[in-house]
Amino acid sequence: MPFANADAAEYWRSAEKEELALQKCKGCGAARFPARHLCPVCWSDQAEWSRASGRGTIYAATVVRRAPSPEYKDMVPYVLALIDLEEGPRMITNLVGDGALNWRIGDAVRVTFERRVDGVMPQFELVGNG
Amino acid sequence: MGDSLRNSAVIVGVGESEIGKVPHMTGLGLNAQAAKRAIEDAGLRPADIDGLFTAYSFTEPYFMLGSVLAEYLGLKPNLCASIVVGGASPAAMIGHAAAAIAAGRARAILICAGENRATGLSRDQAVSALAAVGHPYFEAPYGAFIPSLYGLVANRYMHEYGITSEQMAAVAVQSRRHAALHPNAHMRTPIEVSDVLAAKRISDPLGVLDCCLISDAGGAIVVAHPDLAKDQRKAPAWLFGLGEHHTHEHLIAAPSLTEFGASVSSKIAYDMAGVSPDDVDFAELYDCFSIVPIIEAEEVGLCGRGEAGLHFAEGHAAFDAKLPINTHGGMLSHAHAGAAGGLFGVIEAVRQLRGECGARQVAKRDLALIHSEGGIMSSHCTLLLGRDRR
Repeated sequence: MPFANADAAEYWRSAEKEELALQKCKGCGAARFPARHLCPVCWSDQAEWSRASGRGTIYAATVVRRAPSPEYKDMVPYVLALIDLEEGPRMITNLVGDGALNWRIGDAVRVTFERRVDGVMPQFELVGNG
Repeated sequence: MGDSLRNSAVIVGVGESEIGKVPHMTGLGLNAQAAKRAIEDAGLRPADIDGLFTAYSFTEPYFMLGSVLAEYLGLKPNLCASIVVGGASPAAMIGHAAAAIAAGRARAILICAGENRATGLSRDQAVSALAAVGHPYFEAPYGAFIPSLYGLVANRYMHEYGITSEQMAAVAVQSRRHAALHPNAHMRTPIEVSDVLAAKRISDPLGVLDCCLISDAGGAIVVAHPDLAKDQRKAPAWLFGLGEHHTHEHLIAAPSLTEFGASVSSKIAYDMAGVSPDDVDFAELYDCFSIVPIIEAEEVGLCGRGEAGLHFAEGHAAFDAKLPINTHGGMLSHAHAGAAGGLFGVIEAVRQLRGECGARQVAKRDLALIHSEGGIMSSHCTLLLGRDRR
């Protein structure tokens, strides 16, 4: 489980509440991910957290067939995807739920949440394919 | 940028360690063996070396690797550093070496890289090595590792430009054919496109034969002031141009998965050298995965967008064809051991420019392009090496 450091504590607190939170720059308005101390576009150090819609589209994906380490052995094959969020930022996620292995580039996805023993991870599932 | 470093430095010596599974040697030992061979190849003595650059090691627990290697070799250089931009590290080190030589800070700089990655990694180390490039909080927890991150790159690039799995397989097949002609290559058994497509799947669309090897290997070169090359037995390789460009480290921050920093780094290098892609006689392109040299050949202008897959599939990348690529077999077949992978492309280019490559010797050998990238298409460095001062 990721370490909720000072940059991203709010992100993980929101995930616990099953909300996807993004930092938004108060200077130029750009939403950013991952969270950080300043805006990589305009360098303003003023930002606010806001709840993301949780909607996005698949930019690229891959079906992982060989586990990178023993703890992923029971999960293969699983889908790793790059998602373009409606607000702009791109995230890596797993595609979970029905039909995940039948993903296509451009498919609409929505956020869901996975409870692990040590925290809650945002995940995504296909919209309308479940 | 201009031509500030054109002709400022030459590569006067190259060396490779034993390659493959070499359990009787440590990572530092592999570096030392390659260094000894490179310095001998240069016709220099260890005491002539006044600078040392190296990269990183996943197998040996040293923090200041440059200083550690200098200590191991008994060198006391005036300039010493570990430079880490992933696979682009050796090419980038050549740029730093040329700048240091031009500034008068050193005259003969040893560049070394390599690890005992095939036999020197514990299982835990192997896992952390595979996850090391991914973002520790926002990529790795999703089971992202290096092959799957490149699987994402391949997926998007294929979608945009119509590259096929068969074309990617042709890259691996061509590399193996070249490796069969290289006496020190790790994997020399011939393969066909059907073998690559039928091989165990790792992360779609990449199968195990689309992925680079894991080798024990070290490489070394000596970059020197041109004055030092005057009396040497072997012809130097002249540095005509070099360029770097860095756009991100983690894939989630990549500005694009269809255009990368190689187009910028290569333009800087071409401008410095005063040449164009049409002038390039052969190329050594970083090939951690079979999709990567396809992307790079297009990015650096050797092929049009969407055309590099055909370049390989139609045989034009063979050592005796139109534009030879990865004439030593690349990381897919010659060797891959940490930062040494990119260094072997430089070593091969120098040997080709000298005309030393025997059965795999290219015919036209005036100008070589070497491109290396580190991370997930993150850090790019292009080099242009040539036979005569220009």
